[in-house]
Amino acid sequence: MSAPQDSNPLRDPQDRRLTRVAGPSALVLFGVTGDLARKKLLPAIYDLMNRGLLPPRFALVGFGRRDWSDDDFRAQVREAVENHARTPFREDVWNQLTAGIRFVQGAFDDAEAFGRLKETLEELDKTRGTLGNHAFYLSIPPNAFEAVCTQLAENGLASSEQTEGWRRVVIEKPFGHDLESARELNEIVESVFPADSVFRIDHYLGKETVQNILALRFANEMFEPLWNANYVDHVQITMAEDIGIGSRAGYYEGVGAARDVIQNHLLQLLALTAMEEPIRFDAEYLRDEKAKVLAAVTLPDDLESYSSLGQYAGGFQGGEEVKGFKEEQDIPSDSRTETFAAIKLDINNRRWAGVPFYLRAGKRLGRRVTEIAVVFKRSPNLLFRENSYEEFGQNAIVIRIQPDEGVTIRFASKVPGTQMELRDVSMDFGYGHSFTESSPEAYERLILDVLLGEPPLFPRHEEVELSWKILDPFEKYWGDHGVAPEEYAPGSWGPESAHRLLARDGRAWRRP
Amino acid sequence: MIRTLKDTTSSDVDKELAKMREETGIRTLGRVLTLVIMADMGHSERAIEAAIAASHEHPCRIIVHISHDPKAANRLDAEASMGGDAGASEIVVLRGWGESAHASESLIAALLLPDAPIVAWWPHSLPDCPADHSIGRIAHRRITDSARAEVPWDSLNELRKRYTPGDTDLAWTRLTLWRIQLAAVMDEPQKHRINKVIVEGSEKSPSVLLLGTWIGYRLGATVEIRESPQPRGLYRVTLCRDDGEVTIYRPGRNIATLSIPGSADQQIALPVRSLAECLAEELRRLDPDEVFGEVLNEALSRSEVRFTQGSAPVPAGDPSDYTEVYDA
Repeated sequence: MSAPQDSNPLRDPQDRRLTRVAGPSALVLFGVTGDLARKKLLPAIYDLMNRGLLPPRFALVGFGRRDWSDDDFRAQVREAVENHARTPFREDVWNQLTAGIRFVQGAFDDAEAFGRLKETLEELDKTRGTLGNHAFYLSIPPNAFEAVCTQLAENGLASSEQTEGWRRVVIEKPFGHDLESARELNEIVESVFPADSVFRIDHYLGKETVQNILALRFANEMFEPLWNANYVDHVQITMAEDIGIGSRAGYYEGVGAARDVIQNHLLQLLALTAMEEPIRFDAEYLRDEKAKVLAAVTLPDDLESYSSLGQYAGGFQGGEEVKGFKEEQDIPSDSRTETFAAIKLDINNRRWAGVPFYLRAGKRLGRRVTEIAVVFKRSPNLLFRENSYEEFGQNAIVIRIQPDEGVTIRFASKVPGTQMELRDVSMDFGYGHSFTESSPEAYERLILDVLLGEPPLFPRHEEVELSWKILDPFEKYWGDHGVAPEEYAPGSWGPESAHRLLARDGRAWRRP
Repeated sequence: MIRTLKDTTSSDVDKELAKMREETGIRTLGRVLTLVIMADMGHSERAIEAAIAASHEHPCRIIVHISHDPKAANRLDAEASMGGDAGASEIVVLRGWGESAHASESLIAALLLPDAPIVAWWPHSLPDCPADHSIGRIAHRRITDSARAEVPWDSLNELRKRYTPGDTDLAWTRLTLWRIQLAAVMDEPQKHRINKVIVEGSEKSPSVLLLGTWIGYRLGATVEIRESPQPRGLYRVTLCRDDGEVTIYRPGRNIATLSIPGSADQQIALPVRSLAECLAEELRRLDPDEVFGEVLNEALSRSEVRFTQGSAPVPAGDPSDYTEVYDA
């Protein structure tokens, strides 16, 4: 895959101004009418084109049930781009994209339609010069994967053995709803596509700040020596949203916060925070280290006390009245789906033994924030024992993923004008300032990486399995014991049980 | 917030800045570098504008030194701004007469951010040797713009003679998008040898020469530079292969056509870059650009370059779509 790059005389590893442009390729999008496609994927494709990172020989093929012509689909794409693209709309760039846009009408199990898709791609290979390089983006519910994959295989679209070019498939979370279903799903996909052609998108990993975790940890000398059980007391990973589920009832009901967020985003963040240093930045090494640390995760014996489930109630949040989860559209009034989940995990390796990792995720919480807080042990405090113990607490390094990306370091300082009063102060590094105002959307980076065939940012199946192995026992316990989510007020930081979870260990959640 | 100080010293300006920060509450110093701009009288505005735009990506302190009459009595005026129009930067404009008409380390030392990299930028004129200049010596990067000099190619030649790692030139930065597209063309396995490269554009544009020598050196091909009789920037690059010509042709300012033998012509986005975009790219890296050094030191002297007078066709279309001579 990298051979032509290496032999390109114009490339030089020292020439870092030369970013790579994707090679000739066609992207086939399943699920073109979905929210994700309209708001993120199609605009990201345009933005990439506008930045000159897509090849001139690029084609975009939509596949869906709607009775659309190519022109109808072009109009849809244009609308999505005009409304949601990050970069300004330019007619000339659009014209470049539009010539390669096609639409194939059909159902996901319609053999004839897939025949037409094949013809369309062959036509594009000829007229547009896409050289048989095809990426299939399955922005569709997992229960449709099987039909689509089977059809792709039967029509000879999935394999590139007989033809030129590469074939790649992109799938979105959720990768199953437990270990078993994840395996089934993976078998379906990997029976058709080779493992290294499967790109699992976790859009969180495309974020600049997530990649910055690695820079912070491994490019600096002052953090890594402290990054272990000798100095760290515990780690809190939070992903909070201030909104409810909106119109996503169909997706959310029966899934819940733990499967929706903890299994993928939070465990990936945990892995990046806790893993050892990979020897190279390549996909293989990075994924090995993540898998190692995920495999070392152990669960608490008492699953009930060390987990918490919540469901937001109705009420007033930040000045407006909001519905409770059970009153949301299409949610049954006796729903037991959790909108908040918190769990405690341990990592049983030399670096982390004895340092609990607390993970929480929820909707309708105090504010929208995702962060990793590494909280250090208390100082022995011999010198300052006159001070009330609460006045200053533990040092912390907080990596803020979104919004307001950056890093905060908390430490104690003397209050000016007093004899020796101490208090905690924060030192802030705001990433948003130090990076371009319009830093690329995660999806731009990820789509480009798919077309370039660069997998470091995509979790492989092993990581998905390991994550389910961590979450499944909790889910099973909650199911078997009929643990009902506890109500919490909108705009709060979750139910009482979440606070008890940390209080039991003599700790408290940070207010993010 | 803008404060003006007449007949002042840089240490007073520094105090004023501290006071302004106190008053506005803009306390966090998330500044990643100090950008020192050495401007000619009457030419500072565009440079400042570009620097402010670039500061959104690289928050910095911008020190602009404008040189007035060096024979007048010594005097330094300053104008400090923060917040609002200053974007993500703090700007200090220094106007110097007499001894203060010369930008030097001792003049600005009090205003440099502690322990942050320094970038020196000469938007118009070229110092005799950027690396020997008092401020050039303490700078991590020295940005010049040979395209704006009176005789651009001579400046490039001067740069070559005195090249020190850390030097960079905006005539090179303007080429990045062209180079990306050319490298992308070459990413595909090449079945045919490239014997000759033709680069077409204004004879006044150092970018044309830099691009030609870079490709020629890399591909081991002879380079022909066709000087267009019309004042237009770089507009066409042709790679001559055994089986035909690979061409990127941009008649206007935005869209280029890529022609490869055996496949249909394709359109690519290849916009002319603004000064702010070029500056922002320069500030992304503060270590020496070794490839640029190689182009100056090796390629420029070794490449086989031939100059011919081209008879470039007048690009049709709206004159507002024409490029300037120095554009690439």
